[in-house]
Amino acid sequence: MKKTIHFREVTNNGTGYWGLIGILGLIVAIGLGAAYYMEHHGHYVTGMNNQIVWGTPHVFAVFLIVAASGALNVASIGSVFGKAPYKPLAPLSGLLAIALLIGGLAILVLDLGRPDRLIVAMTYYNFKSIFAWNIILYNGFIAIVAVYLWMLMDPSKKQYSSTVGLFAFLWRLILTTGTGSIFGFIVARQAYDAAIMAPLFVVMSFSFGLAIYLLVLMAAMRWTDRPLGDALVRRLKNLLGVFVAGVLYFVLAYHLTNLYATEHHGYEHFLLLGGGIYTQLFWIGQILIGSLIPLAMLYHPSLGKSRAAIGWACVLIILGGLAQMYTIIIGGQAYPLVLFPGMEVSSSFYDGVVAEYSPALPEFLLGIGGFGIALIAVALAVKVLPFMPQKLDDASADPHHAGGAAEAAAGKAA
Amino acid sequence: MSEHVDTSRRRFLGGTAGAAAGISIAPGVFLNQVAQAKPADQPVSSDNRWGMLIDTNKCGDGCDACVRGCMEENGWGDIHNSEPHSSPEQKAQWIRIVELRDTSTGYAHQLPLMCQHCKHPPCVDVCPTGASMKRADGIVLVDKHICIGCRYCMMACPYKARSFIHEDLQDQLVVAPRGKGTVESCTLCVHRVDKDGADAVPACAEACAAEGHDAFVFGDLNDPNSEISRQLALHGGTQIRADLGLDLGVRYRGI
Amino acid sequence: MTRLFQSLQSLALAAGMAFLAIPLLASAEVPRPDIPEANARYSEAQGCVEPTEEMRKNHMEYILHQRDETMRRGVRTRQYSLEECINCHVPKPESGKVVRSDSKEHFCSSCHSYAAVKIDCFSCHRDTPMPDADTTMHRLGSGKAHHFTGTEAELTADALRAVTEEGLQ
Ligand code: SF4
Ligand code: SF4
Repeated sequence: MKKTIHFREVTNNGTGYWGLIGILGLIVAIGLGAAYYMEHHGHYVTGMNNQIVWGTPHVFAVFLIVAASGALNVASIGSVFGKAPYKPLAPLSGLLAIALLIGGLAILVLDLGRPDRLIVAMTYYNFKSIFAWNIILYNGFIAIVAVYLWMLMDPSKKQYSSTVGLFAFLWRLILTTGTGSIFGFIVARQAYDAAIMAPLFVVMSFSFGLAIYLLVLMAAMRWTDRPLGDALVRRLKNLLGVFVAGVLYFVLAYHLTNLYATEHHGYEHFLLLGGGIYTQLFWIGQILIGSLIPLAMLYHPSLGKSRAAIGWACVLIILGGLAQMYTIIIGGQAYPLVLFPGMEVSSSFYDGVVAEYSPALPEFLLGIGGFGIALIAVALAVKVLPFMPQKLDDASADPHHAGGAAEAAAGKAA
Repeated sequence: MSEHVDTSRRRFLGGTAGAAAGISIAPGVFLNQVAQAKPADQPVSSDNRWGMLIDTNKCGDGCDACVRGCMEENGWGDIHNSEPHSSPEQKAQWIRIVELRDTSTGYAHQLPLMCQHCKHPPCVDVCPTGASMKRADGIVLVDKHICIGCRYCMMACPYKARSFIHEDLQDQLVVAPRGKGTVESCTLCVHRVDKDGADAVPACAEACAAEGHDAFVFGDLNDPNSEISRQLALHGGTQIRADLGLDLGVRYRGI
Repeated sequence: MTRLFQSLQSLALAAGMAFLAIPLLASAEVPRPDIPEANARYSEAQGCVEPTEEMRKNHMEYILHQRDETMRRGVRTRQYSLEECINCHVPKPESGKVVRSDSKEHFCSSCHSYAAVKIDCFSCHRDTPMPDADTTMHRLGSGKAHHFTGTEAELTADALRAVTEEGLQ
């Protein structure tokens, strides 16, 4: 017979907890300060320019937004695909999803040319714009996941949780597709003119979201002295491996289709061979550090059992994900627009040359600040509301755990 | 291709017949009774579609009179010491000279490039607030009152026609308000167009003519009797990246 | 929605005024803003392009309406144009005095800083007249000539058009 799992607020009150809050608070404060500095002076203090119009803040923002929908995955596997071992993980999963999304959106808003006009962005809508749709999708996501959390955590509403969970799952698929489409709709740029952008973003979200989730889960359970079963961690890390491999597969498909279309050869050559920093970030950052090494670590017979190794694999996946966003967002802009095929072009406005961009410190600090906002929100929320299960040792999580089934289901979802 | 020539010839013939209604005061010069500046209290209308034809064969080597003319008229660029803090990569450029060299033949020439005033402008489609907009008469503008500075339009524009303002500005010209945190681009000298209608001459065209090159023709693409329509009917014109199907208001000859 | 935003703004203005009125009741010292005088009068009958009281209360409505008309529809009448506000309400360039919007001597800022309402106009619009600013509108000086709402006289459409064009020269 399965034991019931109880959820409890975090009761830590020592220097550990408040130290964490203090550090995260400092990161947030520095991020906000950086944003104020950029806003006060104008964007000339950043590395962004008229060629690279979306810089490092967007790398972080899009990463967080994509990861947010992925973080909800764990809950979805529990309620949509009915996998019992995942059910106790659901509240934290929903919480993390909301927190990451808020962190990402905060960066996006603070990097606007006119963040003081947020009210305009909320009141004037151009319904043809995929960007405007995304604003609705993001707000909707927060609302739906909040309702979902309520259904999960209020025992009297428990019976609705799987219906709302299904809805949240579908919504997050649309949301990530929407985020991917922001780039997919830019027909004029060689890097983004690909239908595969949207599904690529969906698998990326699975991978990044789960990596962050697993890291947060392991840290939170450990710091609160709550047991976390090996079988459960193994399940999650195997699933993560599947997602990382999925991203690799889609990246391969993206580049192969691009290589098939002659007009994209220039960009492919740029990214894969001659693009300097972007080529390095692609091969070393995204492929090696972000995919191959963590895959090896996760599936290694002995490393794959070590919590520390799994944690580091998650960190590498996150870093690789940031590198991937950097090559997509910044590399895609750095490669010049092709206006006159077959001609060599030059101008005072940097036509025909690879655009220069070196991120400025405030951009980076704002990006990190976004992470800080997400994590401090989680740290505070678990203290005031019972998001975390009291114990997640294998016996209470799932006594009849049949390994592999959940992974297969999630693999299908990917 | 031959079909294209055919239709333009037919249009040309139709155009000449229509033009006979105007008064011919000299060969090739018509006094067009229809083309009148609109009164200031009247809104612009979709009866007009303003555009430009640029003959790159007339565009002089190394000349950038149009660029300087635009700077002077609209207050951007170094001649006004606009944006002193911004790096060259960050400074706004409403119009620029692009130098081209055909890699197969080695033929080199230059042309001015600015907002093409697309009929189906991607910048307008993507703008979340509707700040990027197309007026009834085809001129594409940024409404800086509601622009939030997200720069999505800059990502979407295939011609790199737009600039973001990276710092506080002062002493803008009355005809061209512009400021920190918003996006801007060629307005087709909309203030002149509103004043003079079909007789308007945008600053670039004026400067080019003053230099003796006369590479620009401004006019109403919807009016078959306008100079621009007649020239297009006679000699045709190219749209840059016509494959995108955006139906540009700025056409070129000699690319 | 804009409406709502405006009402909120007016509300904020009113609240600000009310707040500032407290010392007014408490003491004889009234910290009134020192509003600079305009360069010209719109007509003999009234100071500004609408009666002064109306302008004090609702100038933003006129400016906002004009903004959208000009920006989106190419309507370029001058009565409510911001350019004309500035030409008339800020020292003429020939006076040799340059007053910018960050100074309390600037017409707009004199009151806005008093009411603590942020002005968003001057991040994009210039806050001083152009060096060669023409003062056609105010030299005509008659409500009849430029009044499209026709408070003083009925204008025929043709006459209206004529003056409009004149205003554009
Ligand atoms: S050229 Fe660019 S900025 Fe101009 S209308 Fe087309 S898409 Fe918009
Ligand atoms: S930068 Fe301004 S004009 Fe461009 S898409 Fe954003 S809101 Fe629209």
